[in-house]
Amino acid sequence: MFSEEKLNKVKEIIARYPAGKQKSALIPLLHLAQEEFGGWLSAETMDYVASLLQIKPIEVYEVATFYSMFNLKPVGKYVFEVCQTGPCMLRGSDNIIDYIKKKLDIGVGETTNDGLFTLKTVECLGACGYAPMMQLGKHFREHLTPEKVDAIIEECRVKAN
Amino acid sequence: MGRKLLFDKAHIEGIRYYDVYRANGGYGSAEKALKSMKPEEVLEEVKKSGLRGRGGAGFPTGMKWSFIAKPEGVPRYLVCNADESEPGTFKDRYLMEFIPHLLIEGLLISSYTLGCNSCYIYIRGEYAWIPEILEQAIAEAKKNGWLGKNIQGTGFDLEIYVQRGAGAYICGEETALIESLEGKRGNPRIKPPFPAVKGLWDCPTVVNNVETLAAVVPILRIGGDEYAKYGIGKSTGTKLISACGNINKPGVYEIEMNISVEEFIYSDEYCGGIANGKRLKACIPGGSSVPILPANLLLKTAKGEQRMMTYEGLADGGFATGTMLGSGGFIVLDEDQCIVKNTLTFARFYHHESCGQCSPCREGTGWMKRVLQNIENGKGKMSDIDLLWDIQRKIEGNTICPLGDAAAWPVAAAIRHFRDEFEWHVLHPEEATKRNFGLAHYADPLEIAAPAAV
Ligand SMILES: Cc1cc2nc3c(=O)[nH]c(=O)nc-3n(C[C@H](O)[C@H](O)[C@H](O)COP(=O)(O)O)c2cc1C
Ligand code: SF4
Ligand code: FES
Repeated sequence: MFSEEKLNKVKEIIARYPAGKQKSALIPLLHLAQEEFGGWLSAETMDYVASLLQIKPIEVYEVATFYSMFNLKPVGKYVFEVCQTGPCMLRGSDNIIDYIKKKLDIGVGETTNDGLFTLKTVECLGACGYAPMMQLGKHFREHLTPEKVDAIIEECRVKAN
Repeated sequence: MGRKLLFDKAHIEGIRYYDVYRANGGYGSAEKALKSMKPEEVLEEVKKSGLRGRGGAGFPTGMKWSFIAKPEGVPRYLVCNADESEPGTFKDRYLMEFIPHLLIEGLLISSYTLGCNSCYIYIRGEYAWIPEILEQAIAEAKKNGWLGKNIQGTGFDLEIYVQRGAGAYICGEETALIESLEGKRGNPRIKPPFPAVKGLWDCPTVVNNVETLAAVVPILRIGGDEYAKYGIGKSTGTKLISACGNINKPGVYEIEMNISVEEFIYSDEYCGGIANGKRLKACIPGGSSVPILPANLLLKTAKGEQRMMTYEGLADGGFATGTMLGSGGFIVLDEDQCIVKNTLTFARFYHHESCGQCSPCREGTGWMKRVLQNIENGKGKMSDIDLLWDIQRKIEGNTICPLGDAAAWPVAAAIRHFRDEFEWHVLHPEEATKRNFGLAHYADPLEIAAPAAV
């Protein structure tokens, strides 16, 4: 369940659309729910969002499964989403992905045993000029090098403690 | 220095904020439009400017606006396409991050012209920090009377809302975007009806790219006729180019559409040449979906003329020997890069992003990806090259939306211009996993590389 504050945010989002078009708030609400409820969308979370918008749960599942940013399974506390499309590949994204794999001892799509890190490969994030890059939470980490990756991992470990 | 119309004030410290933007002439165009011009007069200026959509297709903006249906008592909507997901493209991000008020001002003028009282900016979900920047700019504009009710006492009302997507390239396609904005999967709609008649919530809707809408501001400032004097022929004005790949200075550049490709790549004002002292092998000048060209055809057209950074210049020669300006995502490959691998990443991208509605696109993109994977990994056969050609031909033109074409073109162009490199992969599977084909003759004078074109 959302807090009072988040429920106000929900109201504010729904007010952006004409009366009766509250379904438009679905994607913004799923983002909000994913942030609030541990970085992923469980069936209960999706049902809850459906009830907030007075739409059928299936309408929520349909959407949640379509968009790649919604996680339908639990993920690590820090998700490294490394871009692997052409422009990033041209500037060495493969090496960065290999480096992270070795460093964290996980494969793509896997999470470290301590639940801290998940490695994902993603397609172009709109930062091609600053390649190689990855998304970490809300922000982009650009011009990646092995040294920078080390520093990012360290930063996450410190934050997690 | 090339003339600038969008980034002319980008260097000013604090231009992201209202006070600085306003103190430097910001909202002057909106003031002029709202206070002294009728919507039809603004439309006339946009038509005269020759502005063409900056999202990729290059459709004349003034004409698009004149198509919007105006049934009595039905609201009309302006939707700003900030989905920016075409690989190689990252210009709209720059505009929104650093000069958000330029976009807000453009949205205001455009909404006034179209008679819209609500406007939605649909921004790709991964640009997760930008909505806050935009919302702050919207709040500042509202506080200063440029949004909300009765704007500057003119009686015109406008609200602008920011909506985040959630990771789906297809939502950049205008009808998929509208579906997504309605809270659904991003499945493109069959056209007609076009959004101008039946768009968001079945109301008349105009969808334009961020850069297109921002360009309306300088058009109003200097006038449509003056804007049309920038650039060459039908490529009027300036264009933002996102330059990436193996160049010395990747980044977003505003060019006047009157410079050559050679100047853009090699001058210090723009890309600053190829990185690490390497040589130019190939380039995809308009985002991943446009045809790749080898160096020789990139710098000179098949007729032997300088190739220009304009819609017509890049398209010169059609798909046989030319390409497209597209979204301006300029991807440069140096002599060490592998065309097969690069093409494979694009095929994988389009497969990943296909919405799955049409079988040629859903199945064909996956098939191309698998065949390319085999060739890249030294498991390809000679017949695979023809097979690839065949698959892309069967996708092109047989789908609901242009994503099918976008997936087919890069594969077609790679085979058309770099067939020997594909063959080398097949013939030397061992070697191909260890080294790249290199520059070969792709930078040689034209008559050798492109006899078919003469
Ligand atoms: C698969 C696909 C993806 C697209 N992605 C974008 C995009 O990210 N941004 C954009 O402005 N236009 C994109 N477009 C083009 C839009 O459909 C539409 O033509 C454009 O927003 C119109 O704006 P303009 O006339 O100002 O260019 C895409 C089109 C297709 C077919
Ligand atoms: S061409 Fe591809 S992306 Fe477009 S509607 Fe068909 S399946 Fe979907
Ligand atoms: S290709 Fe990696 S951000 Fe565009």
